[in-house]
Amino acid sequence: MQVFPFIVVAWIVVVGLYGMVTSRDLIHQVVCLIVVQSSTYVLLLAVGYVTGGVAPYFFDISPRALAVDPVVQALALTDVVVEAAVTALLLSFAVQAYKRFGTLDPHELAEFKG
Amino acid sequence: MTPRQRLWLFAVAVAGLVACYLWAFAGLPGFGDYPGPYGPAILKRVITETNATGVVSAVNFEYRGFDTVGEEFILFTAAAGMSVVLRQLRGERERQSSPTDDAANRQVPATSSAIRIVSLLFVGPTAVIGWWLATHAQTNPSGGFQGGVILATAFFLVYLSGEFIVFRRLSPIALLDAVEAIGAGGFAAVGVIAVAMSLPYLYNYLPLGTIPGAVSSSGTIVLISFLVGIEVAAAFLLIIGELLEQTLLRREGSS
Amino acid sequence: MTPNAVMDILQVTVLVLVAAGATLVVRTRDRVRLVLVLSVYGMLLAILFFVFQAPDVTLSELAVGAIALPLILLLTIAKVRKPQ
Repeated sequence: MQVFPFIVVAWIVVVGLYGMVTSRDLIHQVVCLIVVQSSTYVLLLAVGYVTGGVAPYFFDISPRALAVDPVVQALALTDVVVEAAVTALLLSFAVQAYKRFGTLDPHELAEFKG
Repeated sequence: MTPRQRLWLFAVAVAGLVACYLWAFAGLPGFGDYPGPYGPAILKRVITETNATGVVSAVNFEYRGFDTVGEEFILFTAAAGMSVVLRQLRGERERQSSPTDDAANRQVPATSSAIRIVSLLFVGPTAVIGWWLATHAQTNPSGGFQGGVILATAFFLVYLSGEFIVFRRLSPIALLDAVEAIGAGGFAAVGVIAVAMSLPYLYNYLPLGTIPGAVSSSGTIVLISFLVGIEVAAAFLLIIGELLEQTLLRREGSS
Repeated sequence: MTPNAVMDILQVTVLVLVAAGATLVVRTRDRVRLVLVLSVYGMLLAILFFVFQAPDVTLSELAVGAIALPLILLLTIAKVRKPQ
């Protein structure tokens, strides 16, 4: 249990990268990029976890209770929302590529220059 | 390079990456043994300094406010970039085929009544929940980012229930552009006002209130959270609106 | 059972489910099926963040990863579909 979340993070990165390398469809590649991004959220939260800690909200519990780290939660929170918009931008590039070249296969797209 | 060669190159590279990962993780303290001074230091003084009981939002908009300004402008730029990329697209398509020609051959299935009723039923509660989340950042697990996305989801429900014309009228692009600009510019302006009062950028200068966790407490955190909420909602609606333009042009001719 | 042991078992279970979910997402090749599997993966991630005592991140991931992102993907797939 001491290192298990970190092993899961490494597994998700490897699986996502494998999917990107062997993909034959631009949309599937973007989804594999989403998977790789999700591994960073898990890593952030795993680093800040305190055994026996509660969520850092003191509305109805004493402020002296043991709580998990709030800074990594703040980072992961803005990360999740912003990466969705960047993924949408990537998908709009994929749509543009389809309209210009008629295909979404990265192996065929690599042969077009400009 | 053939696919097999690419796969072998990938295997070698990923083996090196995994080796570096495991070496790095071996140096970390175990899962749950967080030693770092930053977290407990913030937890000790957040209620006395900001009167906010929602520590994550206080960190987001007060202690790390500068990072949040940067992230919000990433969101703003992504939505603006999508508008630029897809608007050129619409111009090209309009020259090639008119919407009415396509619509004559397409069979648009009508939305079933069950989906219509359930979606329309949930629009109101979802909008209220999104609004509540965006304006109560300092008390509960809430805040501008998630409140804004849930507010945008309420509009998606209108689209899903089949009323695309209503959706288009509820969220015209000019209004969304203006709301998004107000949200992003307002956040930056709150910080600039602090500089004008000869305080550091994004300093918390509004009155902090007396009761920790009340709605009127914690100064600029509430204001910034609300501005971020409307900006995120407008950005997501813009993104979906840009993608919907093509389908709407076709369906308007047939429905 | 002490609360710490219960939390440990819960976290290990959800971590294994997330790893399996990631593998499934990558192995799906059909586009529309991919959207649904991604939505389920988003919900699994939200449960994981909840078990890691982070309710704010749970809300974000649920709204974005299980709803907004699959919708954006579906609209993109509709745009690049070959007209029949």
